[in-house]
Amino acid sequence: MLIISNVEKTFNRGTINEKKALTGVNLTLNDGDFVTVIGGNGAGKSTMLNMIAGVYPIDRGKIILNGENISRWAEHKRAKFLGQVFQDPMKGTAANMEIEENLAMAYRRGRRRTLKWGLNKEERIKYKQALKVLDLGLENRMTSKVGLLSGGQRQALTLLMATLRKPELLLLDEHTAALDPKTAAKVLDLTEKIIDENKLTAIMITHNMKDAIRCGNRLVMMHEGRIIYDVSGEEKKRLKVSDLLEKFEQASGEEFANDRMMLS
Amino acid sequence: MGGFLLSMQGAVSQGVLWGIMVLGVYITFRILDVADLTVDGSFATGACVCGALIVNAGWNPLLATLVAILAGALAGVLTGLLHAVFEIPAILAGILTQLGLWSINLRIMGDKANISMLNADSIFSWLVKATGWKQSMVALFLGGVILVIVIFVLYWFFGTEIGAALRATGNNEDMVRALGVSTKTTKILGLTISNALVGLSGALVCQSQKYADVSNGIGAIVIGLAAIVIGEILLGRLRSFGGKMLSVVVGSVVYFMIRALVLRLGMKANDMKLISAIIVILALTIPVLWEKWKIRRSYTEGGSL
Repeated sequence: MLIISNVEKTFNRGTINEKKALTGVNLTLNDGDFVTVIGGNGAGKSTMLNMIAGVYPIDRGKIILNGENISRWAEHKRAKFLGQVFQDPMKGTAANMEIEENLAMAYRRGRRRTLKWGLNKEERIKYKQALKVLDLGLENRMTSKVGLLSGGQRQALTLLMATLRKPELLLLDEHTAALDPKTAAKVLDLTEKIIDENKLTAIMITHNMKDAIRCGNRLVMMHEGRIIYDVSGEEKKRLKVSDLLEKFEQASGEEFANDRMMLS
Repeated sequence: MGGFLLSMQGAVSQGVLWGIMVLGVYITFRILDVADLTVDGSFATGACVCGALIVNAGWNPLLATLVAILAGALAGVLTGLLHAVFEIPAILAGILTQLGLWSINLRIMGDKANISMLNADSIFSWLVKATGWKQSMVALFLGGVILVIVIFVLYWFFGTEIGAALRATGNNEDMVRALGVSTKTTKILGLTISNALVGLSGALVCQSQKYADVSNGIGAIVIGLAAIVIGEILLGRLRSFGGKMLSVVVGSVVYFMIRALVLRLGMKANDMKLISAIIVILALTIPVLWEKWKIRRSYTEGGSL
């Protein structure tokens, strides 16, 4: 279970570039929740995920994951609990290393690194089976360098790496946004399948409203560093894109104008 | 002709002893993806510590060599802390350590700029006495044995879990942290191992040339970079980690052969720094120009190929 309470973050405080990124975020996720997050540019979506992951320290508030207050933990320590897929397909993998080496590192997430050999035979068999699930033929290219893969393949691999060792929480930061529509759809299908099969708790930022409505059991909308709308269960299932637009206008008093937001 | 062969043999053994330093530079420059200028200082530190301990303190040469490795490692830790913890850019962190080491190296040698080791024991003189081989032969043999050991240890290390995290750090720091490893630790570790090797190389070179000098390390980083790029040009096809280390060593040997050749052609030893710089400049600029030329050439106005 994840509890975010009153989290605030201001970048460049005291300068002309001051940016209030989070202005009191409150969110409680139950185990097995799959939340989609939508909102305009600068609404604080990515900042919220980065605060959970510990990329920057928070100014105020608490982040509690499975009873542990991780608010002030270093990024690499929190990684023990978190699986992450970033928007940039280059960011989740090491290009000059082999596919199986990348997987082996991901398999050791949250474990103490030792002077044991970094990859053994049983693991290779396990990784091969895991790669088969992706259905991209990567199981036959396990010693290829990741840099040779396409963006979609790398993103699918990152997704696999993030979930190879079951995370307490999976963070997906617009992880299909940099892919072409067909590949994006495939990676999204894969995401849903993996979350469903492993019963993962997940937060997914998306700029596609239809995806946001279709995926997961809960949807939150952010605006100006806060969560302004939180819907789940049957109510979410009945949502339409027009409802979301209306909600946004109600809550913010502005029209939902955002080039990047895909309405259909 | 005999003189030529002799100078080539000398060049090969120098290439092997310096090759250990080049492996150290390879770890930072290619694996961690930082240019670590500590090397010029830590190479001299290795030489000075070794020379001072053997001559001034009368230590066992083997023990003195081990302490020189530790001294190099310590220099690496310092640069690592400056860079990873205090976020000083890697190049500046290295320069600062290097600068400070100059004074420290002089202190180590008792405020003298050099120590003659002509009459002192060294791991090479031991072997000369034991086998009756010539000094240059011994340097080549012993240097080769140590180099092979170093390569095996590095090959093993970079295959371990910690070693894999270190390799990944040079690739993608965000990923390494997201997979639960502190990139501060891996960077410090990489710089430490690198400079430990540099210190070892310094200790071996000073024992083989029979003097330790505070200016021993000047230009070492450029020699390292030149050797790496020469190796990559000659053996760039080797893609495995072992193959890459081999190419580094070959690059080092070829560098010292070129150097010996240039000296025999009548240029001065002092010109070698300029030549090293030119080799590195050419090796770094030619690929850039080549790419640009290929792109320009592939342009066709009509779009037909």
